[in-house]
Amino acid sequence: MSSRGRNIAVFAIVGILIVLFFVADVLLGSAQLHVGDIWAVLTGRPGIASDPSAYETARAIILKFRLPKAAVAVVAGAALSASGLQMQTLFRNPLAGPFVLGISSGASLGVALFLLGLPLLGAGATGDIVRNLGMAGSAWIGAALIFIIIMAVSVRIKDIMVILILGMMIGSAATAFIEILQYFSPEGALKSFVIWSMASVGGVTAGQLGILLPVCLAGLLLSILLVKPLNMLLLGENYARTMGLNISLTRTIIFLSTTLLAGTVTAFCGPVGFIGIAVPHIARMLFADADHRVLMPGAIMLGALIMLVCDIISQLPANDMVLPINTITALLGIPVVVLVIVRNRKIF
Amino acid sequence: MMEAERIYTVELKNLTLGYGDRVLFAGADLGFGWGEFTALIGRNGTGKSTLLRTIAALAKPLGGDVVVDGRSLESMTAREIASRISFVSTDEVRITNLKVADVVAIGRAPYTNWIGSLTDVDREKVIESLALVGMSAFAHKPIDTLSDGERQRVMIARALAQDTPIILLDEPTAFLDLPNRYEICLLLRELAHKQKKTIIFSTHDLGIALELCDTLAVIENGRFHYGTAAQLIDNGDIQRLFVDTSVRFDPKTKTVRMK
Repeated sequence: MSSRGRNIAVFAIVGILIVLFFVADVLLGSAQLHVGDIWAVLTGRPGIASDPSAYETARAIILKFRLPKAAVAVVAGAALSASGLQMQTLFRNPLAGPFVLGISSGASLGVALFLLGLPLLGAGATGDIVRNLGMAGSAWIGAALIFIIIMAVSVRIKDIMVILILGMMIGSAATAFIEILQYFSPEGALKSFVIWSMASVGGVTAGQLGILLPVCLAGLLLSILLVKPLNMLLLGENYARTMGLNISLTRTIIFLSTTLLAGTVTAFCGPVGFIGIAVPHIARMLFADADHRVLMPGAIMLGALIMLVCDIISQLPANDMVLPINTITALLGIPVVVLVIVRNRKIF
Repeated sequence: MMEAERIYTVELKNLTLGYGDRVLFAGADLGFGWGEFTALIGRNGTGKSTLLRTIAALAKPLGGDVVVDGRSLESMTAREIASRISFVSTDEVRITNLKVADVVAIGRAPYTNWIGSLTDVDREKVIESLALVGMSAFAHKPIDTLSDGERQRVMIARALAQDTPIILLDEPTAFLDLPNRYEICLLLRELAHKQKKTIIFSTHDLGIALELCDTLAVIENGRFHYGTAAQLIDNGDIQRLFVDTSVRFDPKTKTVRMK
């Protein structure tokens, strides 16, 4: 089949680009590092560095900052895209995604309640591990609650526009709540929250990475297990059920996977929009296929690639300034979404 | 048709259907024969769709049983039902980029592994199913580029690929023009007779049903009337569908006329 050969070629190109942009993301940054020093660090040979102190600086920047940042970009992009593809097929809606449906907002509200609400009650978390787990846990709970609301409504109301509008209302409500919390919050808690809400893949600490990586990998594994159920759901629930699909089990796995993926990414990178909604469409355009055996790995890889690109763009303004990554994802994602709306082609 | 010769594939036993307090029909006993092409006739809201959905295990009856292969649906797993009954719903499938062969291949879902890889047997079934509905030339076309009639054939091919002795179709001709209505019904009749499938479909096309179907099940006022076209006309069951309307059924010409 010629389309299969073409898809393999696209996969190969995207794979190569991920490696290239990953390396570029590690090489580029506000601190000017010598390429030779970077190479010395990456190969673990201090002898070939320009001088020992340069080696130590480069080592610290790369291992503590740039490598984790690039890894977070890859995982966050993959996670949000996989979750977006699941949402679009489950709700049979080309405009669905964790951000649009309010699931990311739910996670944000969870984090806000944890970072701002607890200190207000005089019970701020102490210690890194407690704080990190608390942020992740509150994001999961927030994402899960919104997902349950959206699912409960979608069972009763079949109109997809209603679901989208409801998601946006939930998002606005969450933002309003967060603003009220901010208004009453002391400066210290407020500052850490504002930094969080600017969304960045660079602010993730080693301890947070230790939660983000395994949890997102688990969520991505569930996404791969969902490939066949999602293909059956393409034809609609009646067809899927009469072909023996256990709908409630499938919904539960999608629920778990999306809560883990969108919740964890939101907990540690902040509210990153438009990746989840736009990347599945880019995958559909590039692969010219609707089969999730192609689309799911395609969206996961493209999400990783696009997030790396966004991270590189976010640090383009030289000196120390780094743009919030959600502004870049919005500027890249919105044209794709607009294109989907304007073409008005039925995807479901 | 001799009663003694018939082998039932689907039997309704004391079946009661409805929603909540509203009962559509109660205590229905009926057997659908093997390899028969049966039309389900009745006015809107009489329960045609609900009956098909109940036989497909998409809805639960208020009472009684649906028996397939001598076993109650209730006692079967989803997988066991999926290998016996396939369903062509009224859901529109017009997904961008989704190829015709892939739609039909999804019909193999009850038999494929966790990720849905097709074996040689599965691929042969897909090709054979497309050939049976005359859509082989469309295998690699995206389904959203097809006409309504072509798409309905693909959905029938998907049901054939599911390889079930029973195929249910909910108003398969509703959105089609007249030539396509005949074409689809002729195709279904041929599949019932040549592939020995039990095919039950709901329709408002009384004329086509009387002309092409082996048997008709007419739901009228919460009761079932079942038989061949001739039997139902002789009993006056078809005529009774038009009581209280400004038209009547003429048994001689088998057409509907003004009173």
